[in-house]
Amino acid sequence: MINLVYNEMLKIVRKKRLFIIAAIVAVLVSLFTYAQFKQVETIRERIGTTDWRTQLQQQIIDTQNRLNSTGISEEWKKFLKIRLQQQQYYLDNDINPMAPGAPTFMRMFIENSIELFLPLLVMVIAADLVSSEASGGTIKLLLTRPVKRWKILMSKYIAMILSTSFIVFSVAVLSYAISGIVFGYGGWNLPLLTGFSIQGEELNTTGVHLIPQWKYLLIEFGLAFFVSLVVGTLTFMLSVLLRSTAAVMGIMLAALISGAILSSMVSSWESAKYLFMVNLRLTSYVSGMAPPIDGMTLSFSMTVLAIWALVALIISFYVFTKRDVY
Amino acid sequence: MEETLVVQNVKKTIGKKEIIKGLSFSLKKGEVFGFLGPNGAGKTTTIRMLVGLIKPTSGKIFVCGYDLQKQFTKAIQHIGCIVENPELYPYLSGWENLEHFARMLPSISTTRIQEVVELVGLQNRIHDLVRTYSLGMRQRLGIAQALLGKPTVLILDEPTNGLDPVGIREMRQFIRTLAEQEQLTVLVSSHLLSEIQLMCDRVAIMSKGEIIRIDTVEHLLKEQARTYWNVHPIHIAKQILKNETTVLGEKDDFIVTVYESNEVIARCNARLIEAGVSVSSIERKLPTLEDLFIELTGGETID
Ligand SMILES: Nc1ncnc2c1ncn2[C@@H]1O[C@H](COP(=O)(O)OP(=O)(O)OP(=O)(O)O)[C@@H](O)[C@H]1O
Ligand SMILES: [Mg+2]
Repeated sequence: MINLVYNEMLKIVRKKRLFIIAAIVAVLVSLFTYAQFKQVETIRERIGTTDWRTQLQQQIIDTQNRLNSTGISEEWKKFLKIRLQQQQYYLDNDINPMAPGAPTFMRMFIENSIELFLPLLVMVIAADLVSSEASGGTIKLLLTRPVKRWKILMSKYIAMILSTSFIVFSVAVLSYAISGIVFGYGGWNLPLLTGFSIQGEELNTTGVHLIPQWKYLLIEFGLAFFVSLVVGTLTFMLSVLLRSTAAVMGIMLAALISGAILSSMVSSWESAKYLFMVNLRLTSYVSGMAPPIDGMTLSFSMTVLAIWALVALIISFYVFTKRDVY
Repeated sequence: MEETLVVQNVKKTIGKKEIIKGLSFSLKKGEVFGFLGPNGAGKTTTIRMLVGLIKPTSGKIFVCGYDLQKQFTKAIQHIGCIVENPELYPYLSGWENLEHFARMLPSISTTRIQEVVELVGLQNRIHDLVRTYSLGMRQRLGIAQALLGKPTVLILDEPTNGLDPVGIREMRQFIRTLAEQEQLTVLVSSHLLSEIQLMCDRVAIMSKGEIIRIDTVEHLLKEQARTYWNVHPIHIAKQILKNETTVLGEKDDFIVTVYESNEVIARCNARLIEAGVSVSSIERKLPTLEDLFIELTGGETID
């Protein structure tokens, strides 16, 4: 089995796929770093550089005042207290909340790439894993070895998982390393708010608490990895079913993009929440943004994605081991 | 002699069309067996079933005693094959391709890889990318790949496809050597009679998914060979020849009779001259592919 996986990885590497993907990530990260840098600069010009401490102090006083005012709910009070804690931390540790460090950039980058960019990268690898062997005719050689068919497919699936890990890992490393040049490498312990839940129109703040940024990043990258695996598995299935890599990519691309569009307009079409592509923005649940459809939660989305992936995996193995190869 | 590949009443239906209509044959150790048939006869389809790429609708295949369906890995271990074109990974070198397939076999050493490379005479280019290979070189690499696991049965689908005349002769000798010295069973498919004639011991002639004949090459050719007599006047000659041999008919200015030994031909010639017939040529012709097929299949076309 190790030999088989080695073969698959060798082919992926020799096709220069991973290298190209790393290069794309590097270019994109540089681009976003520059854009972010420009944005920070404009903000700084508007409010002045030294001003942020006084501004933060003002905010703290505001929050304290609101805490002391009468007629606010217990829940809200708790939320404000946590808010206060966060602001105080910024002030005590001399952190400008408007000026991001590299970890903050990483967070933003992963939150923005989890829905489309990351799945696209994974798709590039997974799309031709099986279909290229079929269209190149090499599948005939693979399947006439004394190795069971399910083992051959399993080795390819493992290679897909390894490549996905590599992609998520390189996104993390590159976004940290490149943005750090501009923003500095600090900020791992920045406290961030999480634990929001949204019910109907209301923001429920009961579960809100502070966690350090490194933990926050770990969670978000974990979710991004999960999403990538699901998208990888779905692409993998298409790659087994279709001979043409272009067709695989086309279908996946259509699904992913329609997901991005649907997310912003399906709030009244409730059963759309069972589609995998509107469930990809898992990081929104962590940062407390409203889900595209009412009643969607982190565990709901993860279950939907897991079921899609499982079904895809079963179909892949069933078809691959049973079918006639021409 | 030991039987290495046994095929029992194998059928294949794709969709509603029965493509292979029940094949049975068995191959022995050290024998080169030819699969001869026009385009679309079902040679490649049969070979795909023999190597487990497609499942027969019914029937059984045994390789060295192992049932290909039930004991796939054990059975396929004894088979080396090229199905249709030798497609390898163009972005890897020849050597890397061989290493790749060696990793899928139980314990193949580097020396074995070196051995097969030398066997097919590819030492000089083996470290170049396969993308840069000519068709002939790919064909050789394909054979090297097939021989890697020391198979007992070698199955080659049109192995001389794309080779130049020298390459074809080399390939023929190579296949004969493998059969004679290494005692391999070799199954080759082709639609070129000349090729089959020169390298095979036995031939199966296929048409429309059926084997019409299985016989040794000698037998088949003898049976189908003809003697052409260019004589004048024809009607007198015909009368004389009828007494001595079997006249099959007339074609252009020739009288066509069955293949005969030298003595019979010499005797006929003497009779003809005695009778005042002028004999301008007597020719013995081996059948061409066309003749053989037209004879055996009644002039089928691809459908
Ligand atoms: N996947 C398929 N679906 C339907 N019919 C097929 C399929 N593959 C082959 N056939 C049919 O099976 C028949 C035999 O094809 P096959 O490729 O075995 O011929 P062949 O003897 O190898 O011919 P050639 O000399 O051209 O290589 C043909 O009539 C072909 O149309
Ligand atoms: Mg063929």
